[in-house]
Amino acid sequence: MIEVREVEVEYPGGVRALAPASLKFEPGAFTVLLGASGAGKSTLLRCLNGLVRPTAGAVLGPDGSDLLAPRALRAHRRATGMIFQQHQLIGRLSVLDNVLTGRLGFHGALRTLLPYSLAERRLALAAIERVGLIDMALRRADRLSGGQQQRVGIARALVQSPRLILADEPVASLDPKSAERVLELLHRICKHDGLSAIVSLHQLDFARRFADRIVALAGGKVVFDGPPAALGAREVERIYGGGALRAPGAALDTPSELENVA
Amino acid sequence: MIAASPVHDAILDAARAEGRKSAALVLAVAAACVVALWFAGFFDAERFAEGLPALGQLFGEMIPPDFSRWQAWLRPLADTFAMSVAGTALAVLLSLPLALLAARNTAPHPALYHAARTVLSFLRSVPELIMGIVFVAAVGFGALPGVLALALHSVGMVGKFYAEAIEHAEEKPLEAARAAGATRAQVVTHAVLPQVVPQLADITIYRWEYHFRASTVLGIVGAGGIGFELIAALRLIKYDQVSAILLTILACVLVVDAIGAWLRSKLK
Repeated sequence: MIEVREVEVEYPGGVRALAPASLKFEPGAFTVLLGASGAGKSTLLRCLNGLVRPTAGAVLGPDGSDLLAPRALRAHRRATGMIFQQHQLIGRLSVLDNVLTGRLGFHGALRTLLPYSLAERRLALAAIERVGLIDMALRRADRLSGGQQQRVGIARALVQSPRLILADEPVASLDPKSAERVLELLHRICKHDGLSAIVSLHQLDFARRFADRIVALAGGKVVFDGPPAALGAREVERIYGGGALRAPGAALDTPSELENVA
Repeated sequence: MIAASPVHDAILDAARAEGRKSAALVLAVAAACVVALWFAGFFDAERFAEGLPALGQLFGEMIPPDFSRWQAWLRPLADTFAMSVAGTALAVLLSLPLALLAARNTAPHPALYHAARTVLSFLRSVPELIMGIVFVAAVGFGALPGVLALALHSVGMVGKFYAEAIEHAEEKPLEAARAAGATRAQVVTHAVLPQVVPQLADITIYRWEYHFRASTVLGIVGAGGIGFELIAALRLIKYDQVSAILLTILACVLVVDAIGAWLRSKLK
């Protein structure tokens, strides 16, 4: 489906967000990228569609072609739907108009100044219906609850008729109940349509429940790669680390330290 | 292909109706613009036909520019520069308190809010040229009436823009400051202003650039600076000197804009 080979990301200033990593993602699999915040999940995910340029290595398609090459990138992004932690909707536009931005990759700039075709608007409404928001299709996106806005995000990805879904912490800004519902919906749709999904999460229980495969990151390195059943207590320790609690800054969170300040 | 469904069709119809409404609005505005152009005589081809040769002749007399009097322009240029800086400084000093009264989220009382808004509108509505005439009559010729005219007119503009920037400050940090026991004044100084400083700086720098250009116009009414030289050259029908002064002003404006851009990049 898609493969990263020796992909490495170093941000300006020498911060290494991702150590060289090689992973192969199989078609139709629901893969969860697990890790604490700052572990490199977002960076890896954004490498997959070139929002972040790997400083080394390559992202390859099933036929071994370079997906991030200038001529291949647009087609690759068109076939890849992305869902973001903060929804990334335009608040003053309607749900329908937001979902239709998922079709931008199919047209040139001049064409999209004109109204979308009827077929595309029907496609958008079908996507909106699938995420259960058909009654709100013409409502402004910023009038919706967080969970509903994230469903709009899912619909915007679906309207691309993608083969691959990338979701960057899609439920991190939601309350537990809506988080579960949104993730369930995403999982069901991906399984029903046979889409490959790569979803970053920091919640272990969600990862165990939905993932076919878990790839865990810590400090920019892949520290686990396998089925949820293989993820034992020792592996979890390595992902979130006893070390994480002793990380710089964490020390001040103890009550005694705060009392000293007061 | 997606099959048609009555529910979807109803939604698409409603979306289309909304689209038609906004299209009608855009059309109405466009029509008003065309009418205004017609009203101003823009579609009178004859006047353009007569006017263009005259413009060409005038332009011909401007070439080549005559820079021979450049030494006499140095002092007025310095005056203009000083006027723009001083005018901006005065405008900021007066604008900030007025803006805090004229922003909904920082105004201590609705009556003060409306009063401040009215003062700002009034100052905005008196053109700086009129203010220039008034101040020249009051304090005599020179840079001082220019500075006062620029500052007072600008307070109306800058105060309004400041107030709008302040109103766009995020409410959430203000709540946090209040929760920590901050007084109203502290909320303003420690939660509102830190959020909007870049915008305020942007407005101020833009206004300074504007003041440099506007202060040349104020020379017309005797308020000093390079504008005074420009008017003198125009009155003497020395168009080659006019063009030289205009080019000099253009160069200075470019320098001022560059300084403004640099300041802005430092204040982000």
